[in-house]
Amino acid sequence: MAYKQFLNEIQSKYSLASDRIEELNGNEIYIHVKPDDFFNYCFALHEELPSTVMALFAKEEGSIFRIYCSFIGIKLKKWFWVTIDIAKDHPHFNSIAKKIYSANLFEREIREMFGIESIGNPDIRRLHLHEEVWPSGAYPLRKDFIAPKTIKGSGEYEFTKVEGEGIFEVPVGPVHAGIIGPGHFRFSVAGEPIINLEIRLGFTHRGIEKLMENKLPAEALLLAECTAGDAAFSHSLAFCQAIERICKISVPDRSEKIRALFLELERMYNHVADIGGIALDVGFSQPAALASIIKESIQQLNDKLTGNRFLKGVNCIGGINKDINFDQEKIIIDTLALVRHDFETLKKMLLSSVSFLDRVDTTGVLKKKTAEDFGVLGPAGRASGIDQDLRADFPGIYADLAFKKLILGSGDVLARLNIRIHEFEQADNLICEILTKLPINKKLTFIPEKCPAGFALGYVESWRGSVLYWININHDGKIDRCKIVDPSFRNWQGLAYAVYENIIPDFPVCNKSFNLSYAGNDL
Amino acid sequence: MSTFDKMLLCSLQKGIVTSTIDKQKLEQVGLELKKIIARRFSRSFNIREVDTGSCGACESEIIAANNPIYDISRFGVNFVASPRHADALLVTGPVSLNMVLALQKTYAAMPEPKLVITAGDCAKDGGLFKASYYVKGGVNSVLPVAIHIPGCPPTPLTIIKYLLGLLKSL
Repeated sequence: MAYKQFLNEIQSKYSLASDRIEELNGNEIYIHVKPDDFFNYCFALHEELPSTVMALFAKEEGSIFRIYCSFIGIKLKKWFWVTIDIAKDHPHFNSIAKKIYSANLFEREIREMFGIESIGNPDIRRLHLHEEVWPSGAYPLRKDFIAPKTIKGSGEYEFTKVEGEGIFEVPVGPVHAGIIGPGHFRFSVAGEPIINLEIRLGFTHRGIEKLMENKLPAEALLLAECTAGDAAFSHSLAFCQAIERICKISVPDRSEKIRALFLELERMYNHVADIGGIALDVGFSQPAALASIIKESIQQLNDKLTGNRFLKGVNCIGGINKDINFDQEKIIIDTLALVRHDFETLKKMLLSSVSFLDRVDTTGVLKKKTAEDFGVLGPAGRASGIDQDLRADFPGIYADLAFKKLILGSGDVLARLNIRIHEFEQADNLICEILTKLPINKKLTFIPEKCPAGFALGYVESWRGSVLYWININHDGKIDRCKIVDPSFRNWQGLAYAVYENIIPDFPVCNKSFNLSYAGNDL
Repeated sequence: MSTFDKMLLCSLQKGIVTSTIDKQKLEQVGLELKKIIARRFSRSFNIREVDTGSCGACESEIIAANNPIYDISRFGVNFVASPRHADALLVTGPVSLNMVLALQKTYAAMPEPKLVITAGDCAKDGGLFKASYYVKGGVNSVLPVAIHIPGCPPTPLTIIKYLLGLLKSL
């Protein structure tokens, strides 16, 4: 029980106390502490594990609010949760974002959704419920929330104002020039270089977490698939895994491996689209066209295998709906052979072009320290030297596959491009390996009759980074609370800092190298 | 011919083994679309796309309709960067409260005559998100809609077919 020793050590080092420590679902450690100890306990885990805040959210629990804060213990192979109970009368807790900056957005979210103050956090602006259209005092995730009959704004959002001689502002959005989601970018520019970028999101807020409440898991699965459409499979997988952990069912081996296969297919079609996007955004349209052909072939392969180009409707609670038969195995192998050939051509076009490399090398550098502070994860994090990939750290469906994570350090567009190239090729290899190792099961799903009460975390390394679903099921077998953390939520801040001192014409390529989801962030 | 052109031509000629699209149907629908656009819109039908709360899948399919496989622009359909240049607005997603004003302003910026097209099940009536506290409803609760393209998301071929249906009915 290595984690117990670890907790004892940090408790004596930081003189901490806990009310109770529980180990649940195999690898989740819940540590309940007194509200006064919350900051110190979180800080100790943050420093000693070390870990960024993976999730921080509130939940209404009868007459109290409970706050959950999650950290990842990569070496110990555990997820650590610090929880506190706070009274509903003037609800508040001590801000941890003062020292652990990756908690900041989560604290702002708790404030707007529950009306719980984080004492000491100076940033109290709303994220999703825009001041211009949403009244004050209406907290959607409280159980007694009733949607206001008439919608009236309560003020106006204030952007950071950069002052000085010759500084001007360039506002962009929410409706952009391309075929893309909505967001507002406010650039403050001194001559050519960007000296501040403030990103205001939330435009696609649809209230998914509230909609999940009181739904049966099978119904809510449809919402999970529509949280971020280009990562539909990752989201539905994280959702299903959380429910499966609550039900304590293990998915048949064959389904596990097929899940890994589809997850890698999703990674491939998205990564190649991003590689093409990076080329397009520096005006290099031939490789961009080739990349879109590769993307199309993988999506058509998805369609052939599952009947859906985005792999929607494949996952179900307890396993998968679509098996891969012998003919389909052959189709996969044939398609990947062609894709591999095209991808080699694409790679050659890009990496042999000096003018292309000149545009992406040292452009949009995200420093490791900044990435750590904001909790940037996924390919963007790995390009900046953040050593975290759930596929290696918590193998699960990747157990017994030859997977190795790639960590780079330069943090520029080129590094993010290289990570994507590497992960694309690796996904190809992984799929071929999975096909040789597919176990034979007659049954593909173990469907639970009714979901018991309980809670668990589902986690998946999607192509964009870690997708987390923390789900609580009530005694009726329905969802009481579902917290979704899409990687975009943490990574958008990384983009705002990566463009610092770059010129506005390089913004699109920096943006594309992160390629974050508006819908996943806004929920 | 440059090396790049050769490489590209080579990959284009090869085609895709996994192709699930009906090439004949695509060409047939496309040519009909091209004829109507030539006659009614002086060869170019310009569309401005707006996302009012979509999950991103509809955008992905609209982008796919522009890729070299479908290449919708060869039929005269162009996606433009500004509503000032647009004949039609293509809206995806349920209308989030945060996007109501932006949607209205984008529509107002378009020159007359103008059309609104919706794509994807959410845009019709809010879809899965209908009951949400933050969703105003379908696009038709804000703007007059000429035609709806169904699907979650609609495939590129569906998008092209419905565009033809719309232009035929004008």
